[in-house]
Amino acid sequence: MKRKILGSAIATAILSMQPMLAQAATTVSDGVVKLGVLTDMSGTYSDLAGPGAVEATKMAIDDFIAKEKPDFKIEMVSADHQNKADISANKAREWIDTAKVDAIVDLVTTSTALAVMKVANEKNRISLISGAASTPITNEQCNDTTVHWTYDTYSLPVGTAKAVVKQGGKSWYFLTADYAFGHSLEKNTADVVTKSGGKVVGSVRHPFPGSDFSSFLLSAQASGAQVIGLANAGNDTINSIKQAKEFGITPKQSLAGLLMFISDVHSLGLDATAGMYLTTGFYWDYNDETRAWSKRFFGTMKRMPTMVQAGDYSAVYHYLKAIKSAGTDEAKAVMAKMRETPVNDFFAKNGKVRIDGRMVHDMYLAQVKKPSESKYPWDYYHIRAVIPGDEAYISLADSKCPLVKK
Amino acid sequence: MDIFGIPIQALMGQLLIGLINGSFYAILSLGLAIIFGLLNIINFAHGALYMMGAFAAWIALTWLGINYWVALVVVPLVVGGFGMLIERTMLKHLYRLDHLYGLLLTFGLALIIEGLFRYRFGISGESYPVPELLSGGFNLGFMFLPKYRAWVIAVSLVVCFGSWYIIERTKLGSYLRAGTENPQLLQAFGINVPLMITLTYGFGVALAAFAGVLAAPVFQVNPVMGSNLIIVVFAVVVIGGMGSIMGSIITGLGLGLIEGLTRVFYPEASAVVIFVIMGIVLLLRPAGLFGRER
Amino acid sequence: MKGKHIGWIVLIAVGLSAPFLVYPVLVMKILCFALFACAFNLLLGYTGLLSFGHAAFLGWAGYVCGYGVKELGFSPELGILAGTATGAALGFVFGSLAIRRAGIYFAMVTLALAQLVYFLALQFPFTGGEDGLQGVPRGHLFGFIDLSDTMNMYFFVLAVFLVGFWIIDRAIHSPFGQVLTAIRENEPRAISLGYDVDKYKLLAFVLSAGLSGLAGATKTLVFQLASLTDVHWHMSGEIVLMTLLGGMGTVFGPIVGATVVVGLQNYGAELGQWVTVLTGVIFVLCVLAFRRGIVGELALLIKRSGIRM
Repeated sequence: MKRKILGSAIATAILSMQPMLAQAATTVSDGVVKLGVLTDMSGTYSDLAGPGAVEATKMAIDDFIAKEKPDFKIEMVSADHQNKADISANKAREWIDTAKVDAIVDLVTTSTALAVMKVANEKNRISLISGAASTPITNEQCNDTTVHWTYDTYSLPVGTAKAVVKQGGKSWYFLTADYAFGHSLEKNTADVVTKSGGKVVGSVRHPFPGSDFSSFLLSAQASGAQVIGLANAGNDTINSIKQAKEFGITPKQSLAGLLMFISDVHSLGLDATAGMYLTTGFYWDYNDETRAWSKRFFGTMKRMPTMVQAGDYSAVYHYLKAIKSAGTDEAKAVMAKMRETPVNDFFAKNGKVRIDGRMVHDMYLAQVKKPSESKYPWDYYHIRAVIPGDEAYISLADSKCPLVKK
Repeated sequence: MDIFGIPIQALMGQLLIGLINGSFYAILSLGLAIIFGLLNIINFAHGALYMMGAFAAWIALTWLGINYWVALVVVPLVVGGFGMLIERTMLKHLYRLDHLYGLLLTFGLALIIEGLFRYRFGISGESYPVPELLSGGFNLGFMFLPKYRAWVIAVSLVVCFGSWYIIERTKLGSYLRAGTENPQLLQAFGINVPLMITLTYGFGVALAAFAGVLAAPVFQVNPVMGSNLIIVVFAVVVIGGMGSIMGSIITGLGLGLIEGLTRVFYPEASAVVIFVIMGIVLLLRPAGLFGRER
Repeated sequence: MKGKHIGWIVLIAVGLSAPFLVYPVLVMKILCFALFACAFNLLLGYTGLLSFGHAAFLGWAGYVCGYGVKELGFSPELGILAGTATGAALGFVFGSLAIRRAGIYFAMVTLALAQLVYFLALQFPFTGGEDGLQGVPRGHLFGFIDLSDTMNMYFFVLAVFLVGFWIIDRAIHSPFGQVLTAIRENEPRAISLGYDVDKYKLLAFVLSAGLSGLAGATKTLVFQLASLTDVHWHMSGEIVLMTLLGGMGTVFGPIVGATVVVGLQNYGAELGQWVTVLTGVIFVLCVLAFRRGIVGELALLIKRSGIRM
């Protein structure tokens, strides 16, 4: 009897393999440039990257075909990496090995980005990272086929800290998510605060993820610091802000979001966020060019783009342009072209891709509007200052990337 | 005056906050205990239903214009009704089987509910405003206590001890307790036990939804708010021992306080302190603080 | 006994041919999870203990193996041994605490303990926290087999899986396994027969945890990384799903379950957000309608149709 069971089990196993076989057999010719968007479609970061990242990539491909009339075909695939490093690494390998994917786009969360950029490098393919934040991507762990496009955990907090200290926010207290990311965010910011003439009076580490921040906020309140730096992200930041307002901490003490996106402001509402400072790599309502692009994006997504999504578009477009001028899709040649050519589009002006993979471009210091100042949907920021790229990012001299020759 | 280097005012503030979190633990573990008592299943979907309560409040306000006070009554009824539907259509078929199936089924339900809300609302969720009447706060001298938080403590205590009173001191409660001890005998006395089970599950779920509505103005309403909380509540339940209603209330509040203190003295450990306590309790009193071996 | 031999032959035949038919890295992942699920099944299917914290063993074994190989210069085989030992040691601690309670409490205690070590993994610097432990070299097995070659790695993983599976199979069909089944069926009776039930449960738990550790350590070498995903309670839920879907208490069931679930996650990656919902639906359907799982239901179907072998 057992033999029969096994027989059927194998039959089902073989049946279920057939679609896989078919998929493996459809190899694409070399005349096609294939982009794989690997992002978080359903988890924590799906609002700031996710389906919007896929849409932005699609727009970049369509625009490129319409404007540049390339002689090669461009295709796109996308998948949900569920924020899991092993799924990302596996998907990336499979895409490169069997689907002939040439570049992998977005990669929100650092663990997935690090895992994929290693796989891609090993197989001489390009990673266009927009979503992930950590600085090791272009420092200790850098490689020669990765570009880190939009922002990092240095440029965001540092921009904000400098500006806030300049405005008179001299004493700081940190509310830090208790893991590597939070620690490095706190450290980067604290260094700048001290350097700019401010002073750090204390910090408290909260569990990640947390939901109730009131006890930590009370400690922050008791410290009497002028500014409470939120060295956390996502829902932790959102809940901290919400509860700071509830406990009457804001507006007496002000908050600085060290890693915040327009999607966070959107879901919290202006009531809770008014007056906060934050740094962003892109704001949809900055000028006519950004508005024009963002409104097209809004047309399909019904949300304004985050900087991550706008960055995806910019990175993909620049990559495709580099292929066209290099006349090949071989990774090293394309990388060389991408470094040579300045980035000039609605996202960045005179942006440059450095040897460590960092795309250096201007960042914007924004202050969140009061509800009374907001005239139309998504009218959220005053842009208070433009932070030149060279100030916003870790300089090559300080870079820990082995590719940088010193 | 200082205690271990912490000003006593600050300590008072932290204790009060601990009590607020404890109130949520208490309502949720109370619901779990009531369900467990009669149905003998651990309701893994409790966290998802709590989240559903919070979202239902937000939907009621934003889409239907129903205010907080009405939601506080209506939402638990609606979500409780949904719970009864689950019991009638699914859980009912599992009573003859190993109790673990109940856990697995409700785990699956939790995934479905969470997944659907994620799909519809995205992960960062929505913000629910504090009702006008309860905005602002009291200056207690040692801290600023938002009115809403004071309300949370008061109303949770009323709900918890009210439930305790109903179960331990009324005729209806005596049926419930009899059903926990010996359902066959109760059925023989002419009580409709299956109906009682349905209502009990509905009540436990309604408590979770009630906690959800209470939580909506305090926490960001998002699809994972429940799953983050539920494991802690499980540990609370293990520590208290599920046999006792009063036990689960007191344990919930007490652990809230302990967690609050940990956040002052050693914040790094505040995420794990409840699990450590659970380990110690298991070593010393395997049945839990208020439980009986069975 | 004859049927089982055929089962083994088929298993080995599929194992040997699979990498030429399907993407090999995917098959390696399936093998790792199949071993993990079989180890879990030893506990759930044969001892009747539902652990909701098995991710702790998988994940921590991965971290220790990865750290050993990457930072301390361990050879791959030593890394895997260290991972397995970590799983077993953690299993001893968890088991000692959890078997003090039965049934649902057991599940909750293991869940809570796993959550505790999850937070530790998040905070300890060597795990890399959210970033994970990345870039673990595969190294050379026994000093001369280069594991960075996909096929070498594949056959190594297959060997690990077969050894693990053989151990589980032996355990189930030994007198030890008979006692476990007796405990599952009727614990008071097993006690009255004079068996030290707690000792047997603990031993089963440690064995299961150790083999889960073996799976976790191997997985780390395959993907060259260890991340928080493998310690998270979702992973504990997933392994229950694989076992339940394949058929708990069947020898080959967990392998089928692992294949289906991993395949779903891989090919369902394009489905995006629906994977969670789908997982939940499978759970509910399994519990309500297919409690025997795929292999168990098939067996029943064949039995009912009266075909004899």
